[in-house]
Amino acid sequence: MEVKDANAALLSNFEVFQLLTDLKQQRKDSGKHKQSSGQQNLNTIMYETLKYISKTPCRFQSPEIVRDFLIAMKGHKLTKAEKLQLLNHRPMTAVEIQLMVEESEERLTEEQIESLLQTLSSILPGNPEEELQRQATMAAEEEGDPE
Amino acid sequence: MFVLVEMMDTVRIPPWQFEMKLNDSIAEELNKKLANKVVYNVGLCICLYDITKLEDSYIFPGDGASHTKVHFRYVVFHPFLDEILIGEIKGCSQDGVHVSLGFFDDIVIPPESLQQPAKFDEAEQVWVWEYETEEGAHDLYMDTGEEIRFRIVDESFVDTSPTGPSSTEASTSGATEEVQKKEAPYTLVGSISEPGLGLLSWWTNS
Repeated sequence: MEVKDANAALLSNFEVFQLLTDLKQQRKDSGKHKQSSGQQNLNTIMYETLKYISKTPCRFQSPEIVRDFLIAMKGHKLTKAEKLQLLNHRPMTAVEIQLMVEESEERLTEEQIESLLQTLSSILPGNPEEELQRQATMAAEEEGDPE
Repeated sequence: MFVLVEMMDTVRIPPWQFEMKLNDSIAEELNKKLANKVVYNVGLCICLYDITKLEDSYIFPGDGASHTKVHFRYVVFHPFLDEILIGEIKGCSQDGVHVSLGFFDDIVIPPESLQQPAKFDEAEQVWVWEYETEEGAHDLYMDTGEEIRFRIVDESFVDTSPTGPSSTEASTSGATEEVQKKEAPYTLVGSISEPGLGLLSWWTNS
């Protein structure tokens, strides 16, 4: 085996999440086909990676949201890696921004950080508490439905 | 934290898989070979992303299987240096705090990279940040199972491929070698010695 490019592109958590969800569905659909034998490694890593990513804000994202996010980030002069981390983590405090943006003290003023936080929370869904609440109410409604 | 890696490999398809579409059986074989494995200096392989090119398939004398050279892209876990990640504390030891992401366990935060001043509580086997406030020091425990935010500061790959029986010396020291514990092929070194890093509960304003 030969590795041609060990870093062809960076993937966001959302892309991996989507790929794994699709793959999982696809494997489920093809069902009890004999192909699933000998794929314990794939099943393990798929399950565990999905479990990890499902806890991050990316599970609420969509291609449209990511596009809007990238357009909104154009004015902030951030590097690709920094934008990727903002997208994956959806920071909500200034201290998180300072961690993810290199030399943020010199590159960003306090107002800029504040506006960045505003943009992030308006574009990217997934305020943990809100979403949990929403899911809880949805689940409750479903349960309440008489069949 | 995830990257796309371009690779090339020759895939052997046994005859009883000829009924399947070539693309599907190759995808199966590549996942069988690589998923959940660490490739030296590349990272932990997750799953196939896509096949970019299939070359001609060959059948060699004496073997009914087909061999196809495949160019493909694979999803690999390989965080870049200085990336921020969130994981779960798996345990503490004298060597530092061990962190797990669920699918990847070999992350260690050495004692000198913890929030200072830190001490190891021998009785409870847990690291403690002796956070100083005006009213005196607060002991912040780093308990197992807590969520922790950390920065990647180093990575190391160990070539774990088996080595042949090289010398006569090996046979005499064989007993001690067996005791040696299995080395992790890919280890990440983290740091939490910055404001904002450490347990998530330390930095939520409540």
